Amino acid sequence: MRRLATLLLYLALLLGSVVMFFPFVWMFLTSLKPFAEIFELKLLPQAPTLENYREVLFDTQFPRWFFNSLLVASITTLSVLFFDALVGYTLAKLRFPGRGFVFVLILSTLMVPTEMLVIPWYVMSTQYGWVNTYWGLLFPGLISAFGVFLMRQFFETLPTDLLDAGRIDGLSEFGVFWRIAFPLVRPALAALGIFTFLGNWNAFLWPLIVVQTPEMRTVPIGVALFSSEAGTAWNLIMAASSLAVLPVLLVFFFFQRQIIEGVVLTGVKG
Amino acid sequence: MAGGLGFVALPYRPWPQATELFMPKASPPEKRSLPLATREALWALAFLAIPLAFFLFIRIWPAFQALWLSLFSWHADPDQRSFVGLEHYHKMLDDPNLRKALQNTLLYTLLGVPTQMALGLLIALMLNAITRLRDLFRAIYFAPYVTPAAAIAWVFSWMLSPNFGIVNEILGWFGIPPQPFLTKPSQALATVTMVVVWQNLGFQVVLFLAGLQNIPRDYYEAARIDGASPFQLFRHITLPLLNPVMVFSAVIGTIGFLQLFTQVVNLNFTDQGGPLGSTLTLALYIYQQAFARFDLGYAAAITVLLFALILVITLLQLRLLSRRVEY
Repeated sequence: MRRLATLLLYLALLLGSVVMFFPFVWMFLTSLKPFAEIFELKLLPQAPTLENYREVLFDTQFPRWFFNSLLVASITTLSVLFFDALVGYTLAKLRFPGRGFVFVLILSTLMVPTEMLVIPWYVMSTQYGWVNTYWGLLFPGLISAFGVFLMRQFFETLPTDLLDAGRIDGLSEFGVFWRIAFPLVRPALAALGIFTFLGNWNAFLWPLIVVQTPEMRTVPIGVALFSSEAGTAWNLIMAASSLAVLPVLLVFFFFQRQIIEGVVLTGVKG
Repeated sequence: MAGGLGFVALPYRPWPQATELFMPKASPPEKRSLPLATREALWALAFLAIPLAFFLFIRIWPAFQALWLSLFSWHADPDQRSFVGLEHYHKMLDDPNLRKALQNTLLYTLLGVPTQMALGLLIALMLNAITRLRDLFRAIYFAPYVTPAAAIAWVFSWMLSPNFGIVNEILGWFGIPPQPFLTKPSQALATVTMVVVWQNLGFQVVLFLAGLQNIPRDYYEAARIDGASPFQLFRHITLPLLNPVMVFSAVIGTIGFLQLFTQVVNLNFTDQGGPLGSTLTLALYIYQQAFARFDLGYAAAITVLLFALILVITLLQLRLLSRRVEY
């Protein structure tokens, strides 16, 4: 009885996993088929080919889009990690007039949806010539209010004695932050870093607005606009999608435990 | 830093302090030329200057600017924008497309949030009940959450294609006739919702699983000794103790669905929001008004509506979360 129940449980979970994973499999298999085969809907390609990938990689600016995404997501992530930690530390560990006000001020920005901000950002960008530039792509994300909130929570758990020891050793206040406090919240930084990177890598709305020429596209924008012009060449569309999805999947399965524990950490704390 | 003469200005102390004994090389002592509180406040100011400027100019000022723009008819040249007062808000009242977008957005939320919560909880309960392969299953369910929604939407629009889609092919094996999915107004919204749920599900699973694992085992043991049935355990221990996680998941889910955009655009790229406006959302309508019709004033007014919706949800969350759970 008990064994049967366990067996059924595993079967149900397996079935669910197939539903969750099949889209990736179908995407990848379609991307290996020549155009003539895609409408036959056979699972495996009869004459597997990498031609679709060649076409996407060399006939579009995909490598450039990949570089753009990498650049924007990396710079944004580094900036978020540094500034969010710095602000979180200041709010948690330094005493100064207006501390509560600053915290509420930053927190209140979480309630404003991106949709409300993109219009003024766009107006601002046209005014200052930021449209279609890397700066235009990345300026809205350089500091995250959620990250400030998260980092403040973590810095609050650090014993103040530890920081005082650094102060007594003659470290400047920045030194105390950078040399002592910052390395101690590494798990939180890792979680925040992963989500900032992913969020930027996958971002769609703002890049769609601010990017105007093919060479400035990020991967999601590039794939979407390429696909919209590819008509029924689903083999090409799936090759482009695979190029966008598979690197992320690969990295995810490599670090899945850390990433999921990061979700728990930020989800429970935040 | 301030007070370069710190060492010299150090007050005389008759005997060395403990730290100096541990570090005989005389670490440079604290600089005391400014009162400690002032020094700390100055450091805080230095640390906060750039971030505060960022929040003021990139987050707070633009929010007010959106409000301000919503009162003007748009023109690229600021001098030619004319004040129209609440006209855009009046226009919203009898704009059938906006009504459709609002209706759809609420429908997406009402359909999607309970579905993803129920499925997420169900899968989390199953994962919590097994011992082997739990991490592997968890990773598989979570994987869609990290992938780019735009690319994934194209994969689904291929799989859901009425004539050549693999989904209809599979339904055919079970004798189910081909479905129109995204091409028919009556099915399109539910189809988009399912794609979004597929992508969000893993996040819900991980959240609920963590919540379940935080419930102390003793509670179940004690209740079991008292003769509680598995259903009673679930009803009287699991559900009440999961309440904070449920509220969090509901709020995150609701805010996400209220801002639905990427999937809607990419699932039906040539007729975004279609067929016949059946999948149109507030966020997509805002985008179309602002960046296809360049009516930024009207678009700004609609963002104010979206903001109000999200504000209500957030305040509701704060009220629900501040209510303590009794066990």
